[in-house]
Amino acid sequence: MNDLFLLQLLHLVLALLLAPLLTGWVRKVKARLAGRQGPPLLQPYADLTRLLRKETVLAHNASWIHRSAPYAVFGATLLVCALLPTVATHTLLRPTADLIAVIGVLACGRFALALAAMDVGTPLGGMGASREMMIASLAEPAALMVIFNLSLAAGATSLPVIAETVLAGRVGLMVSLFLALTALILVALAETGRLPVDHPGASSELSMIHEAMTLEYSGRHLALVEAAAMLKLLFFLSLIGCLFIPWGAAVAPQPEAAALLRGTALHVGKLLAGGALLALFETALAKMRFYRVSELMAAALLLGLMGALFFFLAETW
Amino acid sequence: MEPLTDDQAPPSPEPPPRLSDWLGAATPLVPGTPWPRHVLGEARWLDLRHHLFLSTWTLVDLWAEEKTVHVALLDDPAPEAGSPTTAILSLECPEGRYPSLARARVGAIRLERAIRDLSGLEADGAEDRRPWLNHGRFPLASKPPDADSDPDAPEAPYRFFAAEGEGVHQLSLGPVFGGVEASSQFLFHANGETVVRLEHRGGYLHRGIEGLMRGRTLREAATLAGRISGDSAVAYALAFAQAAERAVGVEAPPRGVWLRAVMAEMERIANHLGDLGAMLGEAGSALLQSHAAVLRERIARVAHRCFSHRLMMDRVVPGGVAADLHPDEMSLLQGMIREVRPHFEEIVSAYGRSASLLDRTLSTGVVTPALASLLGAGGVVGRSSGRAFDARVTPGYPPYDHVPMTVPPRDEGDVHTRLKIRALEIRASLNGLVLLLDNLPGGATRVELPPLAGEGAALVEGFRGEVWLWLRVDGGQVIACRARDPSWFHLPLLEQAVKETIVADFPLLLKSFNPSHAGCDL
Repeated sequence: MNDLFLLQLLHLVLALLLAPLLTGWVRKVKARLAGRQGPPLLQPYADLTRLLRKETVLAHNASWIHRSAPYAVFGATLLVCALLPTVATHTLLRPTADLIAVIGVLACGRFALALAAMDVGTPLGGMGASREMMIASLAEPAALMVIFNLSLAAGATSLPVIAETVLAGRVGLMVSLFLALTALILVALAETGRLPVDHPGASSELSMIHEAMTLEYSGRHLALVEAAAMLKLLFFLSLIGCLFIPWGAAVAPQPEAAALLRGTALHVGKLLAGGALLALFETALAKMRFYRVSELMAAALLLGLMGALFFFLAETW
Repeated sequence: MEPLTDDQAPPSPEPPPRLSDWLGAATPLVPGTPWPRHVLGEARWLDLRHHLFLSTWTLVDLWAEEKTVHVALLDDPAPEAGSPTTAILSLECPEGRYPSLARARVGAIRLERAIRDLSGLEADGAEDRRPWLNHGRFPLASKPPDADSDPDAPEAPYRFFAAEGEGVHQLSLGPVFGGVEASSQFLFHANGETVVRLEHRGGYLHRGIEGLMRGRTLREAATLAGRISGDSAVAYALAFAQAAERAVGVEAPPRGVWLRAVMAEMERIANHLGDLGAMLGEAGSALLQSHAAVLRERIARVAHRCFSHRLMMDRVVPGGVAADLHPDEMSLLQGMIREVRPHFEEIVSAYGRSASLLDRTLSTGVVTPALASLLGAGGVVGRSSGRAFDARVTPGYPPYDHVPMTVPPRDEGDVHTRLKIRALEIRASLNGLVLLLDNLPGGATRVELPPLAGEGAALVEGFRGEVWLWLRVDGGQVIACRARDPSWFHLPLLEQAVKETIVADFPLLLKSFNPSHAGCDL
């Protein structure tokens, strides 16, 4: 019990520590690819510390929804990050680490933030909320299709079980899994507000999606919302890692320290590689017209559907 | 109260009247070439308005000087129909009222509103009587701030045009922006994401330039002129210098004239590169934006080495230029051109190859040729919407008669075309710069201007479009000065271009226009 708890704590702390680093890493790689020096790698930590120390300014008509939403979205995102079997599969919350539940918890966080954005009544907040929900309503079905694919292959929707199945080699190279991976990458780009869907770091309020919702936040509230966005990026990169390349995660119920160390190192390595790929991808692409995003998400849904079809075709042969 | 409609110019079976015919043999009060000034009576002014309805004359500027209204017109017929004619026409209005021209030329609406704010003259028959430059904090905005003005006074309420309908909501942007944009306000009426109406409100950057200029020496006023719109420092200073030289009847020495063109083209290339980068960056390509920024910086540094100022401020002065090019600086400039050209071509071809960038820019924010000619828009915006007008050719000024560098217009009028025209202009100016440097005449770079009395006007092609400057001098001092930025006619087009597009595309559209708010707010 004690070990399980410690392992769970390790996942939690790792997620908290690595999320700003990953964001800083992606920014650094993007800057270097564009020929710039870029901000220091550890800049996101400094930003968050600065925001936490700053005074929080609230709109005079902000209700409790506006004040509590940052905690809700931060809590929800941190929880799903801790659920991922990135370093070891046997943790305290293993029985609850179900993919459908994970997607649901994430949706709760987004719901809270969208409500908060509309709470203050500024038009940009409402616009951001409407855009975010539109994209979410398209991305979530696609995400569910990916989950069906994986559960068909692994026979379960539990994250640790899927990871263990893949690790045990019971799932070979499958067309359906490649399709699911592609679909998941598209969903991840939309959910984390990266190009070509959203422009992280864009300066114009009018074209923002995620950031338009957070315009009214300041101080520790903004710190929490920004940390949640960093955690979300970490979550999706880790999720792809856990599901498709879980190698390195310790599967023994009582893992040794060496195995944990190896798992952590490989996890960090996967994150850095994923972040670099993301930066490369973003450098090569322009932002889409807003209404074309639905086409992108439809493609993700279709890929997930095709994956499921291929799985059944393979079964019958 | 719709400010712009496509059908205001009635179709005429006869060929449109020519300005030269209308003026006839009347002798101008101020002969000055190429902008003679005629004084009209009220009846003749009304006849002018009638002829504006029938004709295709371009409204260059409409402004007031105490109790007189001036209008500058340009008639630029097709080559087979005659040669271009330019004129300034004045109406004295001791009663403080003059017949409005806004119904004949929509571009006059904002100009007439500004006249009322600056000099208190009322336009009879004008529909839009809201203030423009004055937000209720100054008695008359043409004076520099003094004891009568209170910048902390509460702002006078301003009524925007309304748009009603189910689901239509308002969205206000500015006057404070998160980026590096200048202060101005944009009020959207949107239905979900679709823009129903956009209205722009300026005046936030009003500095009382015309009041500040009064009574200054030409040298001081030239410094002020170069700061009306900081990125067009050379264009404004050049317009001021040309107007001052015409006012006293002196010509700048050839070497000075050619060096001015070198600076003007460097300014054009640098700013076009900046705009190109801003558009590509807004569309999501940080990589191409960085490359364009590097090239722009390269030009600014060479400008600093050659002309000891990165933006070449105060280098163009009345009578010539305040800097000369030495042989080693010449080779520095030529090296810069050789270095910029291949990199620039790489950026353009990378843009052309990127389907995702083209998808953002193609058919986004269209300005139809009809709208562009209704407002008489010049510059990149005009040339992207079918208007060939280029002040370097019409009315034209040296040395562009020897070194032509114009770009043929296109009709599409979308963001892509504006980007394309900018790229073509950079290429043309790079080639032109080589010719300018190869054929640079020798001799003096500057002459002293005699302290005579007179008035002069100039139309100069800046990177945004034509910069108009009119000047009255006496004894080496400025009596009155008027400057019109090309953005006066671009901002109303921006309001129209954004209709029916989505709110999220507005930042890209704004960057494709890159209007100068400082230039319009004076």
